[in-house]
Formats: sequence, structure tokens, C-alpha cells
Amino acid sequence: MTLNKVLSLAALVGAVFLAGPVMAESSQAPLKDVHWSFEGPFGHYDQEQLQRGYKVYREVCSSCHAMNQVAFRNLGDPGGPFFDPKYPNSNDNPKVKSIAADYKVSDIDGDSGDVIKRPATSADYFPSPYANSAAAAAANGGAIPPDMSLLVKAREGGAAYIYSVVTGDGTAPPAGATIPPGKYYDPYKSGDMSANFHGDPSKMPVGGLIAMPPPLADNKVAFDDGTKSTINQEARDVAAFMQWAADPKMEERKQTGLAVMIFLVLFSGLLYASYRRIWRDVGH
Amino acid sequence: MSHPSTYEPKTGIERWLDSRLPIVRFSADILSFPTPRNLNYWYTFGGILSFCLVVQIVTGIVLAMHYDPSGTGAFLSVERGIMRDVNYGWLIRGIHANGASMFFVAVYLHILRGIYYGSYKAPREVLWLLGCVIYVLMMATAFMGYVLPWGQMSFWGAKVITNLIGALPLVGKPITTLLWGGFSVDDPTLNRFFSLHYLLPFVIAAVVALHVWALHVPGNNNPTGVNVKSDTDTVAFHPYYTVKDGFAITLFMIMFAVFVFYLPDALGKADNAIPANPLVTPAHIVPEWYLLPFYAILRAIPDKLIGVLALGGSIGMLFALPWIDRSHVKSMRYRPTARMYFFIWIVAVAFLGWCGSQEPDGKLIPGLESFNLIDYPINSVTWLSRFSALYYFGYFVIVFFLGLYEKPLPVPDSLYTPVLKPSAVAAPAE
Repeated sequence: MTLNKVLSLAALVGAVFLAGPVMAESSQAPLKDVHWSFEGPFGHYDQEQLQRGYKVYREVCSSCHAMNQVAFRNLGDPGGPFFDPKYPNSNDNPKVKSIAADYKVSDIDGDSGDVIKRPATSADYFPSPYANSAAAAAANGGAIPPDMSLLVKAREGGAAYIYSVVTGDGTAPPAGATIPPGKYYDPYKSGDMSANFHGDPSKMPVGGLIAMPPPLADNKVAFDDGTKSTINQEARDVAAFMQWAADPKMEERKQTGLAVMIFLVLFSGLLYASYRRIWRDVGH
Repeated sequence: MSHPSTYEPKTGIERWLDSRLPIVRFSADILSFPTPRNLNYWYTFGGILSFCLVVQIVTGIVLAMHYDPSGTGAFLSVERGIMRDVNYGWLIRGIHANGASMFFVAVYLHILRGIYYGSYKAPREVLWLLGCVIYVLMMATAFMGYVLPWGQMSFWGAKVITNLIGALPLVGKPITTLLWGGFSVDDPTLNRFFSLHYLLPFVIAAVVALHVWALHVPGNNNPTGVNVKSDTDTVAFHPYYTVKDGFAITLFMIMFAVFVFYLPDALGKADNAIPANPLVTPAHIVPEWYLLPFYAILRAIPDKLIGVLALGGSIGMLFALPWIDRSHVKSMRYRPTARMYFFIWIVAVAFLGWCGSQEPDGKLIPGLESFNLIDYPINSVTWLSRFSALYYFGYFVIVFFLGLYEKPLPVPDSLYTPVLKPSAVAAPAE
């Protein structure tokens, strides 16, 4: 058996995947093309970008969006926005501690049994801005702001989708479209405009309606590192932060992957050599 | 074990043990099992599948230590607990979730190899039936495993699939209620799916043991389909096939690792990163890729009950294959006509898989208007599934008649002949 056959077998197996599921038609404008530092097999997070993105989250998004899978200590984990090699245990990281202390979380007082609010510690998870989902819906015209921990993974297109939707939110609606109060037109949101469009059906606008008011604007967040805070910069940074929040182990995963790949390629080479040697005198 | 044992106990302890529990003899006989010398790489998927089963069981046992099978806790225990807080949890889950897909890649190639080389024919019918049982158990296990993270696609997939059973007359409703543990998909459903998802892999392992036993009675088929006639036709399983299978397994692991480390979510659905919500139906409910061809057959048929029966029948055809195919020639190397219909069948299955992932009324040729026939336009995904499903079943009818009327090419005298003189027989197709 030749190596060629092995390779064609591997190619066939690969083709099974490439020919795999294709998602349904979606009415949305093509997502904006963004270059991310975390793309590709050697991708990594840009720590300064994550810090800027965190500031956007803290000052803008967190007033409506929870992030209940992320703990304060995660901010100081390797790959995270405030990782500092001096503090291998991120719970000790003073930056993390001070961020946590700005938040108040619910607890039970051990002596009296009363429900109390206390400053968060680095071991706590980010608290939700609303007491429950009914309160979240009531405060937002019936639409519950989704939890941000996994939002990048929960949307086709990932961080580029977040970036496009956030910057496209509030785009002037095309002629013939009526936008109900409390809603905004967004060409990048995967949706269906047929119920809100009264013009020529062949000119149906792409995109959909979103309940989130346009969240960002130029100079809305003052970045600590002096980066000019344009709306695009803010949106790109918060999308990168959300990518990290959804996939905090990415750097560890890709680094482990490199070692595993090198090992497997060498090991399969050794096995192939053994195979050739063992079968050397055997017709097959 | 069908071949005479060549094991000689050498030490006193081995002799003592051999007359009480000949487990060393058993293992030695497996290692020295005479195996046709002409097995190609398509025959390595048995070893690859054993590897997959072990990987799934080991990673699954670890995941179960950290998993909370409750409606309120399941999603967080996976996405927050395992993926973020458990040491290497992202790796263990990445292997387990992608491992299910890898398992199906291997099992599909293993099944196609069996069909191509006629490995289901006498005296290997029981071996084939056991393989079909394993395949059905795998689909049940994978389906229930997909429900456990309790995301939107988990929940709605469970709802759609369990509702199918409800279409069966008389028994449908009671079985569905029993599966649900109530009157809709809810906490009790998740609990019993978790329990069954833990149980079934061990049932699979037991049937795999029977499958290997049934393999070792007649011995391996081979690419010529010609029976082993003498010792020169075979080599010992070890080291000849341990090294060949080992090499194939490492190649398989490289593909596996690409998904685990670089594309961990590529085979999943974005919707499953949203916690299950019974009040919000996802826009597009689709099963995992390995179930898509059957999903397409189900949707191709307007009547729900007939659709469910067709779905069952499409798998049932595999069980019946040894009795449908009457040809005495096993390998399609010597059956060019059968081979052609077989390759078209693979294309039909691929079409069905693609159709299963699309909206039923999606157009095949964009912009082309066509007329409706049985609920759907001719130019629609549904009609492509209908034609493909027709061929899927038609293939088995063709195979039956080919077995009676086809003129096969001359078959070599021994499986070793083509090895010695490749030009003496028709060029193999693979």
C-alpha cells in the first residue's frame, strides 16, 4: 500500500467534512471584514485590546447585559485582560480585586440570616444587572438582553457578527420600511423584514430589527491607553473582549494543539517506518 | 477462536493458569490470528473504531464527574464548570464532543467498506448484523449525548426526535411519555437521557465483543472476497496489522486533533451556545451532520407516519442486505455494474445529507420558478431529497436483480494471486 493511497484516504475523510452542513439562507448584509489577533492556529489575544474592550463592557454593555459565566478572577487568568505573571493565582491580582470591589453582590449575612449586599471578591461571578429575567424584559420593552458570556459562540459569524451588528445598529431604515417604536433597523442582524416593509417585494431590505438602541458612539468611552475612541474602535475592542469571554482557554488550546500536532506527525512517521520495515519481505 | 491454538505455556504459572482460565492463551491467539495479507487501509477502520469507543468512554466518565443533569444546572455545569473551571475540561469536552463526529466518520467508512467488498455475505451475516446493531446503538447514544449540554439545539432536537416516535400507532404515545418522563421534554427527560447515555456505551462495548468474536470465527474478508485457502494467504495479526492499524490510527488522530484544537465548534451549532428555552423555537432545527440523511428521508415524505417508517426502513435495509444481495461474488472489484450503482448510492446519501441541512423549500437553482407537486416546487430541496431517497431504496432492488443477472469479471483463484501478478486480473477500482 502506497503513501499515496493513505493521503487520498485522508483527503476523502476531509471531504466528508467540507461537504458538510450548510446553514439555511439568512437575510443579512455580508458581515464586515475585521482582522483579529486571535485568528489562525497561532492566534492570541491582544491584552491591551481586551482591557479596552473590558472598559467598554463595564461602562456601556454591563448596564443591561449579564455575563454570568465569567468570574472576576478570570480577568487575571493567562490570556485574560488583566493577567499579570507576578500573580499566578489570579485571585491575588490587585487589579482584579479592585475591579471586583466596585461591584455589589447579594449574599446572606452569616449572623443574622438577612439578605445583604456586599462588595464582590475576585472569586465571585459577574452579577446580573437585573434581579431576574422578568425584570430584564420589563426594563427593555419585552426583549431580554442576552447574557454576554457565550454570545460570540451563539451567533453565526462570531466576533465579526458582534462588531457588525453593534456598528450597524440604528442604520437609517430603507425607504418603505416602517420601524416600530422601541426597535431599530440593523442590516447585519440576521432577521426578516417582510412584516415591516411595504415597498416592492423584490427590493426587500436585508437584515432585521433589534431592540438594543445604538450602544456606541465616538468618544463614548475614554480609553486609558490613549487610543482614539471612535465607534469602530470601541466596537472592535468589545467584540474582542467578548471573544475572550466566550473562549478564555483559546491560547492554552492552540498552544497545546501545536505540541500535539508535532508529536503526532513525528509518531506517525515512526509508525510508517516500522510498517515499511515489518512488511518489507511480505507481498501484499 | 477458529484457528488452532499455537500457544505453548512456558512457565509453571502459565501452565497452572492455562488449565484453569486460559486467558493468556486467549490473548496470544488473538495476536497470532491468521489475517489475509492483502487487507488495504479501508480495513483499518475496525481498529480506529475501537480507539474511538475507548476515547469516548474514558472522556465521558470524566465529564460525568463534573456534569449536573438538571434543567437549571446542566448548561452552566458544561459551559461554566467544564469549559472554564475544570482543569483541562475544555480539552476533555472537546475530545468527547468532536469524538462523536469522528466516531461516525469512521463507522460510515467502515460500513461502506463492508458493502463494497461484500463483507456481509456468508459466512459473515451475523458479524454484519451485530455491526448494524452497534450502528443503531451509536445513533441512540450520540443523540442522547447531544441533549445533555441542554442548549437550544439539544432541547429542540430532543423534542423533534422524540415526537417522531409519537407518530407510531398505539405504542407511539405511551413510549414518548415514558421517554419524556412526563408530557413534554423537561428535567425528567434530561435525567433519563443522562442515565441511558452512560449505559449504552457499555452495551456497545459488549456488542463490539460479540462483533469481534463473530469476526474471529470465519476470519476477515479481504479486498478480493476470495476465501483464505492456505497459510501463505495469511500473516499473523501481530505485528503485521498492529503496526498497520497503529499507523492508520495516528493519521486519524491528526485529523481528530485539528478539530479538537483548532476547530472545536466547527461541527456544532451556534444555537447550542444558548441555554435551552421551551418558549423560544430556533429558526432552523437540524440534527448533527451524521443523522442528516435520515432526517432528509423523513422530511421528504408528506405523511408523518410513513416518513417515520421510511426512516426506520432506510436503516432496516442495511440489516436485510445479506439476504437481498444474491451474488456469489463478494468484492465489487469484480462486479463493475454493481460498483457503478454503489457509487451513485454514495452520491445519493451525500445529497440526502445536504438536503437534511437545508430548508425544505430552499431552491436548488436560484431564481428559477417551477410548479408545485405534492406540496413543494420541483425546484426545491424537498424534491432532491425525494429523488435521492427513491434511489436510496431503489439501490437495494437493483442489488437484488444484479445478483441474479449480472455477469461478474473473473475472480482470482486465491487472494494472493493479484498480489503476485497484478496484471492477471482486472484493475481494482479503489
